[in-house]
Amino acid sequence: MRVVVDLNRCQGYAQCAFLAPDVFAMHGEEALLYDARPDDTRRVDVLRAVAACPVRAIAVEGAGGKRAADRVGVPDGA
Amino acid sequence: MALDGSLERLRREGHIVVVGASLAGLRAAETLREEGFTGTLTLIGDEPYEPYDRPPLSKQVLLGRVPVDHTALPRRLAIDARWRLGVAATGLDMAAKRVALADGTSVEYDRLLIATGVRSRPWPNELEAGLDGVFTLRTRDDAARLVHRLRAGPRRVLVIGAGFTGSEIASVCRERELPVTVAERGPAPLVGALGGVIGEVAAELQHEHGVDLRCGVMVTGLEGDGAGRLRRAHFSDGDALEAEVAVVALGATRNTEWLAGSGLAAGPRGIACDAGCRAFDIRGIVADDVFVAGDVARSPHPLFGYQFLSLEHWGNAVAQAEVAAHNMISPGERRRPHLWTPYFWSAQFGVNIKSVGVPNMADQVIVSQGSLGEHRFTAAYGYQGRVIAAVTFDQAKWLEFYQRQIEQAAPFPPPFTAVDRRPEGMRPVPAGFPDPSVPTHGPEVTVSGHSPTDQRVTFTPA
Repeated sequence: MRVVVDLNRCQGYAQCAFLAPDVFAMHGEEALLYDARPDDTRRVDVLRAVAACPVRAIAVEGAGGKRAADRVGVPDGA
Repeated sequence: MALDGSLERLRREGHIVVVGASLAGLRAAETLREEGFTGTLTLIGDEPYEPYDRPPLSKQVLLGRVPVDHTALPRRLAIDARWRLGVAATGLDMAAKRVALADGTSVEYDRLLIATGVRSRPWPNELEAGLDGVFTLRTRDDAARLVHRLRAGPRRVLVIGAGFTGSEIASVCRERELPVTVAERGPAPLVGALGGVIGEVAAELQHEHGVDLRCGVMVTGLEGDGAGRLRRAHFSDGDALEAEVAVVALGATRNTEWLAGSGLAAGPRGIACDAGCRAFDIRGIVADDVFVAGDVARSPHPLFGYQFLSLEHWGNAVAQAEVAAHNMISPGERRRPHLWTPYFWSAQFGVNIKSVGVPNMADQVIVSQGSLGEHRFTAAYGYQGRVIAAVTFDQAKWLEFYQRQIEQAAPFPPPFTAVDRRPEGMRPVPAGFPDPSVPTHGPEVTVSGHSPTDQRVTFTPA
């Protein structure tokens, strides 16, 4: 699954790092480092982190948690 | 409200082409679909990868915590696009409404969005830039090459330029326990973006983390060994340094060359557009069917004296792409201005640095919370008696408050008594930005000799 954090919004509440520590980790007091492509088996915890973020800075693929069916790398006419 | 027939047709069956398949291009494509565009959508990108996120490249990717291919951006929805990846756009014919591509084909459009972004400014000497061990960092491929080399444990890394990217790279090197030298032409790291007062704090951070920081010097040459591997760097103060890796972090160049001769007002400073993201042509008239978004755009901002701002910020790419996409398929009266208040962040040496507003327009700065000495503070920036920006070191929670202050043109220095203002922050001081008419980096050119036959041009670095 794919994740992106809007780090302009992020204020370092660290709720995500608590709920999915292998995906989100604090780096120092306030900076957040994360894996933007966690394994699908981590989905439940990542979605919990999304829900727990007080500033709603975390976005995952597909607004409703659905995978986008989009094909990539297909040239015109293919 | 009824749409006129041609716009209705565009929304239903028109062809929108987006040149640039990175953050701005992707977010624009998603917004077009979200807002009901059902026609054909083509995304053109010069890199072979689907849209990916760049900020992690100089942080978690370089640290080796996250593989480089884990940076693809999530999709908000399926955009049902035709993708032309790995093929650069090479020309624009506005009269024929056609984009030429590097593979000799072309794509016609009804509406065009230009989001070609920037690329890292290369080391000016091509031979030296080609030495094994000389890197830049902008793309996934750049990051993959550099992380591979850092993993091998070079004896010393030289970072040329102490802007945000250079400072983040130096921070990663220290975290990997690699010896690192940073060469900065200005008086302190980050001085162009945050000014001299905060630049001093950035310098302290580097010193405390064991960086060999050299300010006020230029790298004048990179020297290779017989096998074409980087061996040594030479400085303008006469010093030389043994280094196996050099990372050139001298800022970015806008990707506008492909627009030469198109009639658009595009050049080294980007593509000028109005607040509604419509591109200006060389006559200064906005085009109705060509829009611009992201790092390559330069647009006027009412909050900052209507100056045309180029903002190489992640958040700007998202916000401007959304406005551009909306305006591309909306009638005049429903179009929106891009009024985003600039925001950016950087993580380095364990500190989270965030900014709102435009610090480098400021004449004064005041530490309104916390303490410079503790590297944990909020600094408010003032311009002609109003708050124009704020920067936090590990105090991001204050930024939203200052965003409101900026948007309301609140007086500077702030009249409120801050919760924990320290003696050093009681009075505003000059912000210490370098004179913008003096370049902070780039080559120096001097002309000597008097008569036309004796005149010599000297280019430094050679």
